[in-house]
Amino acid sequence: MTDHATQLPHVTPRITINRAGLWLFFLSETMLFSGILATRFSLLGTEVHEDVSQTIGLVITSILLASSYTALRAEHAASSGDRATCAKYLWLTLALGAVFVAGVAYEWAEAFDAFPASTEFGTVFFLMTGVHAFHVITGLIFLAILLNNARLGRYDDDAWPVEAGVKYWHFVDVVWVFFYPALYLI
Amino acid sequence: MAIIEEPLALESGQADIAERPLGVMTRPQGGNGWRDWLSSVDHKKIGIMYGVAAMFFFVVGGIEALLLRTQLAFPEQGFLSPQLYNELFTMHGVTMVFLFIMPLAAAFANYLIPLQIGARDVAFPRLNALSFWIWISGAIFLNSSWLVGGGGADCGWFCYSPNSGITFSPTHGVDFYAIGLLIAGIASLISAINLIVTVLNMRAPGMTLFRMPVLTWMLLVTQFLLAFALPVITVALFLLIFDRVFDSQFFDPEAGADPLLWQHLFWIFGHPEVYIIILPSFGMISEIIPTFSRKPLFGYSFMVFSGIAIGFMGWGVWAHHMFVSGIGPISVLAFSLSTMFIAVPTGVKILNWLATMWGGKLWFTTPMLFAVGSVAMFTIGGLSGVTHAIAPADTQQTDTYYIVAHFHYVIFGGGVLGMMGGAYFWWPKIFGYMLNETRGKIHFWMMLIGFNLTFGPMHVLGLQGMSRRIDTYSEGFGFEFWNLISTIGSYIIALSVAYFIYNTLRSRKEARDLPPPGPDPWDARSLEWMLPSPTPEHNFDEVPIIESQDEWWHRKYGYDEDHNVIRIATIEEAAQKGDAVGVHLPSPSFWPLVLALGLPLIGYGIIFNLWLCVLGGLLSGGAIYAWALEPVDDPDADHGPHDDHGHDADHSDDDDDGDAVAVGADDSAGDA
Repeated sequence: MTDHATQLPHVTPRITINRAGLWLFFLSETMLFSGILATRFSLLGTEVHEDVSQTIGLVITSILLASSYTALRAEHAASSGDRATCAKYLWLTLALGAVFVAGVAYEWAEAFDAFPASTEFGTVFFLMTGVHAFHVITGLIFLAILLNNARLGRYDDDAWPVEAGVKYWHFVDVVWVFFYPALYLI
Repeated sequence: MAIIEEPLALESGQADIAERPLGVMTRPQGGNGWRDWLSSVDHKKIGIMYGVAAMFFFVVGGIEALLLRTQLAFPEQGFLSPQLYNELFTMHGVTMVFLFIMPLAAAFANYLIPLQIGARDVAFPRLNALSFWIWISGAIFLNSSWLVGGGGADCGWFCYSPNSGITFSPTHGVDFYAIGLLIAGIASLISAINLIVTVLNMRAPGMTLFRMPVLTWMLLVTQFLLAFALPVITVALFLLIFDRVFDSQFFDPEAGADPLLWQHLFWIFGHPEVYIIILPSFGMISEIIPTFSRKPLFGYSFMVFSGIAIGFMGWGVWAHHMFVSGIGPISVLAFSLSTMFIAVPTGVKILNWLATMWGGKLWFTTPMLFAVGSVAMFTIGGLSGVTHAIAPADTQQTDTYYIVAHFHYVIFGGGVLGMMGGAYFWWPKIFGYMLNETRGKIHFWMMLIGFNLTFGPMHVLGLQGMSRRIDTYSEGFGFEFWNLISTIGSYIIALSVAYFIYNTLRSRKEARDLPPPGPDPWDARSLEWMLPSPTPEHNFDEVPIIESQDEWWHRKYGYDEDHNVIRIATIEEAAQKGDAVGVHLPSPSFWPLVLALGLPLIGYGIIFNLWLCVLGGLLSGGAIYAWALEPVDDPDADHGPHDDHGHDADHSDDDDDGDAVAVGADDSAGDA
C-alpha cells in the first residue's frame, strides 16, 4: 500500500503525453506551411512585387517577434505561480498580436488595389498572409482565454495550458520568420 | 508472466449522480441509450461507430459503382447521362477512399491499438470522439452536394486542373469536394496525432516498441503518414477553393500560373495515401496468418522495418502518377527507379507471409481465407504496378482501364479483402459472438470470384485501349464481351456484401443458442485476446506486464526440455475475468459532437452565404470554449483504490489545447 503519488515507472506523466501531442501537431503544421512556401516559389520564383510596403512588413515583423518575448515571460510567470505577472505579459502579448493583425489588415486594404487576388502575386500574397493571419487570430483567442483563466488563478497549480498556448504562439511566430522574407525580401 | 498483484477494490460511484455543478461546466454521466453513444469517449465505442459508418458508405460507394457498371454493360447505352456518369465515378472514388477504407482502418486502429499495447484508452479520449464526429460531419457534408450542390463533384477523384475550375465544373460539386475533404482531413489529422501519442506513451510496462504486434506497428506508420501527408492536400484544397470562390489564379496558365502545381501537391499527398490505405490491411494479415499457421510471424523485425521503409519511400515516388504530364526525362527516370525500389519492401512482406505459412499447421478459417486471398490479389496488383514503373509502358497505360484494374487489385484486393479478414477475425472480440464460418466462406468465395470477374477483364480492356472515365463505348472495338463480364462480376460483389450483412445479423440471432466464444476463440497471439469477449468497458482488469513478443501466446504455451511446445495454462486460467470494479475511466462529453456540427455550417457558408460561417464559427468556437472549461474529471467519479476525493492538487482543472483525461497518469492500476 502506497500513497497516491507513487506511480509505477511505466506510467507516462500527463504533461509528457500532452507535450507529445502538441509537438506532433506542430510538425504536421510545418508540412502545411512548407507546402504553401513551395507553392509560392513554384509559381513566382524569387519575384517580389514592388508595391509591397517594406515599412509595414518590417514593423509588423518586429512587433510579432517582440510578442514572442512577452509570451515567454508570461509562461515563466505562470510556471512559478505568479498570477499578476502572467496576466500582465499575456495582456502585452495580446496587444502586440492585435497590432500585428491590424497591420496585416491595413496591408490587405492596400493590396486589393495594388495586386488583387486575381493577379499572380496577389494570389500568393493573400494565401500566405491569410493562412498565417488565421493562425495568429486563433492564437489571440487562445491568449484571451488564458488571460481570463490566469486572472482567476486557474493555472496556479498547473501551468500546462499557458505553456501550450505560448508554444503555439511561438510556432506561429517562427512561421512568420519564414514567410516574411518570402513575401517581402527575396 | 507477472501481473500487478493488487486487485481493484472500491465500487464505482456512478450509480445515482445526476448533474452536479463542478467548476464551470459539468460532464455528462453517460448512462444508457443514444446519449451514451453521442457523448462517448470510449475508444471501443468510437471504433464501432467508425466501422458502422464506414460500412454504410461502402454501400453508398458500391451503389455508385453498380450504376457505372450498368451503364457500361453494353455499348452505347443511355442509362446515365455523361454528366451524371462523371459525377458518379468521382463520388465513387472519393467515397471509397475517404469515407470507406480510411475510416474502416480508423475503426480498427481505434478499437485495437489500446488493446494491443495494454492501455485503458487512447491518450486524448475527447479528441478521439472529436475526430469521429468531424469525420462523419464531413462525410455527410460531402454527400449533401447531391441534394443542395447541384450534383456531385465531376472532376475525378484527383480532380485535375483545369477540369476542377469554374469553367469546366460550374456546379458546386467541386466546392463540396474540396471543403468536405478538408473537414474529413481535420478528423484524420486529430486521430493520427492522438494514436501516435497513444502508441508512444501509453504502452503497458515491458511493451517495448519491438514487442508490439505488427498490426500496431503498421497502424503507427499509417498515422505518421497521415500526420504529414494530410497538410499537403490541405494546401492543394486551399488553392482550389481560393481559385473557385475568391477568384485567385493558382492553376490558370494564362495568368502565369501552373496547372501542374495541383498534380504535384495532390500526389505528394496521394501516394502516401496509397500506403495509408494498404498498411493497415498488411498489419491485419500479419496478425491473422501467424494465428492460423500456428507459428510465430516469420521475420518480425523485417516486417516492421519494411513497413517503416514503405512509409519513408512512399514520399519519393509521387511523380510516377505524372509520367505523361511533361515533367521531363530526368524526373521520369528518377521516379521510375524509386518506384521500382519501393516494390522491394513490399516483396519482403509477401515473402515473409509465405514463409510464415511454410511448414505451419494451416487452419483455413474465414479470416485466414481472406488474408491469403488478400496476399494473392495484392501480389497481382503489385506486379501490374511494377509495369507502370517502366515509363514507356506507363505512357501506353495511362488513363486506360489497365490502371483501373491495377489500383482495384491493390486497394480492393489488398486492402478490402484484408480488412474483411480482420472483421471476421476480431468480430467475436468486438461483438461477443462468432460469425458463422460456413456463410463466411461462401462470402469469401463470392467476393473473390466477383472481384476477379470485375477487375481481371479490365486489364485486357486497358491493353486494348479502352480509356477510363468515358461514359460509353462504340461497338466493334472488342470491348463488349469483357465489359459485360465485368458488370456481372460487380453484381456478384454486391451480392457478397449483402450476404456479409445478412451473415452478421443471422449469426447474431443464432449466437443466442450457442455457447459464448470466450476470450480467445482462435487461440491467437496478441494481448486483446486475454480479455473477455466483448471487451469490458475498462479493458484490462490489471495492466499486464509484457515479457515477450506474442505475449498472450507465451502465457498459454511454453517449452519442455526437448524444446517441444507444451500448453502451460488454459485460456480460462490465463485470461482476465473482466470483473474489476471502480476502474477510473474518462468521463463522457458532448462538446466534441457540438464542435463538429459547426464545421459543415462553415463549409456551407463559404459556398452559399458567409453569414452561415459566423453561425458555424460561433457554434464550434463556443464548443471549444466550453470544452476548455469542462472539468478534466468528474471529481465524484471514482479514482481507484486509494482515493479520498478530497484533493484537488493532482488534477489540472482545464486544458484548452489537448485533452487531459487522466487515463495514464492517474490510472488506478498505477496506484498499486
